[in-house]
Amino acid sequence: MNSVSAVIDSLGRSVLRYVEEMGKILLLFISVLGWATRPPLKFRNIAKQMEFVGVKSIFVVVLTGTFTGMVMALQGYYGFRMFSAESMVGSTVALGMTRELGPVLTSLMVTARAGSAMAAELGTMRVTEQIDALYVMAANPVKHLIVPRVVAGVVMLPVLTVIADFVGILGGYFVGVILLNINSGIFIKNICRYVDLDDIFNGLIKAAVFGLILSLVGCYKGFNATGGAEGVGKATTEAVVLASITILVSDYFLTAIMF
Amino acid sequence: MIKIIDLHKSFGKQKVLDGVNLEIEEGKTTVVIGRSGGGKSVLLKHIIGLLKPDSGHIFIDGVDISRLNERELDRVRRDFGMLFQDAALFDSMTVGENVAFPLKEHTEKKDKEIKRIVSDRLMAVGLTGVEDKMPSELSGGMRKRVGLARAIAMHPRIVLFDEPTTGLDPVMTEAINSLIIDTQKNFNLTSIVISHDVKSIFKIGHRIAMLYEGKIVEYGTSEEIKKSKNPVLAQFLSGSAEGPIKMV
Repeated sequence: MNSVSAVIDSLGRSVLRYVEEMGKILLLFISVLGWATRPPLKFRNIAKQMEFVGVKSIFVVVLTGTFTGMVMALQGYYGFRMFSAESMVGSTVALGMTRELGPVLTSLMVTARAGSAMAAELGTMRVTEQIDALYVMAANPVKHLIVPRVVAGVVMLPVLTVIADFVGILGGYFVGVILLNINSGIFIKNICRYVDLDDIFNGLIKAAVFGLILSLVGCYKGFNATGGAEGVGKATTEAVVLASITILVSDYFLTAIMF
Repeated sequence: MIKIIDLHKSFGKQKVLDGVNLEIEEGKTTVVIGRSGGGKSVLLKHIIGLLKPDSGHIFIDGVDISRLNERELDRVRRDFGMLFQDAALFDSMTVGENVAFPLKEHTEKKDKEIKRIVSDRLMAVGLTGVEDKMPSELSGGMRKRVGLARAIAMHPRIVLFDEPTTGLDPVMTEAINSLIIDTQKNFNLTSIVISHDVKSIFKIGHRIAMLYEGKIVEYGTSEEIKKSKNPVLAQFLSGSAEGPIKMV
């Protein structure tokens, strides 16, 4: 009995901690909104972060998107072949990529690459007193450090998702049409027939929300890092885990609301 | 001009400041000495509003900064410069950009004018031709000097030094001490220096305050401090392991 209550106790504590962190991140978001609407904006910093979050993530997103589309086509082909519906492979890949896998996988990859870097960079700035130096120079760190990263996350994730969607469908086309001999015309026609503009658009809204989550969580964890190198490492790991979980949980609710 | 009254601060169960009372004289260098981990940096962070006290007051020109919000604090902070223990230079910026940062942030000066001020400030700390270097390319002493150049970039009235000579060799320690004295004179600064380097404190300090167990236990001029019979101060200055200072 004791062990059961201990498990429930530990689970309850974890949930409470998660909710508390979400509350603090929400407060940070409100602060970001306040500073993001107060000119002058730091356009140079924003452009630099957009390059880091967006341009430098293209390779990994293209690789992930292409192989995801390819494997979806392969799996879909074997499934649909059982009831002679191979022609549905194209639309399945396209719907899967645009509605779900494009935004989710892109966000998870960018979380691992850029979200972790945000936490590590801000964490290092915190433990080496660079954030205190900003305060001392009457320069608000939220405006200088967090707003550019959050703007970059929200703007660049939909852009990366468009790329992931495109290369994913292209990968699916390669496997379906070139390797498995599905008729090219039917492949494309079914995509046009079953994929609405709303599917793409809602996927991009999801991507923007995930971009917001990964950048806010990365910045929050880094900004509140304590305890030297070990603290920075811990903040980085926690940022990736918390952002990934939050993205996956919010994905369910977004899907339920939008589709 | 800076008056600290009955300042208390605890972190969890650990009481760090336990009723600090201290008055900092304008245009003078006040050195706060004390054991490592004794709350000196915490005191400094209260003076610039980086930490809020549990109770007590910090008056700057008659304004209690412990009651100010972040925006009001920013206005007060423009009168301050601070040299951090490890300089706290921005890694992602060049030396020139670091020194120019407060000028770009708070003035409408043209790039050419900012460049000239940056060059002047770097020269004032004995550095030339380092504007394009990254902080990672500099030695510890050079980083501190760049940190000082950045701290005085806006021509502040008050400069805070957090252990400016810690981790430096004796020659560089002497160079930094001379810089603190020169900049204090040249810019007519009110300086507050946190240190536990006994040799340096008598060289740079007009006034010396000893912080022990969260309180200022001794305060006076260099001569008064040297003559003091306070056993805590005597043990600290002699560097003896025997005495009233508890080893934790």
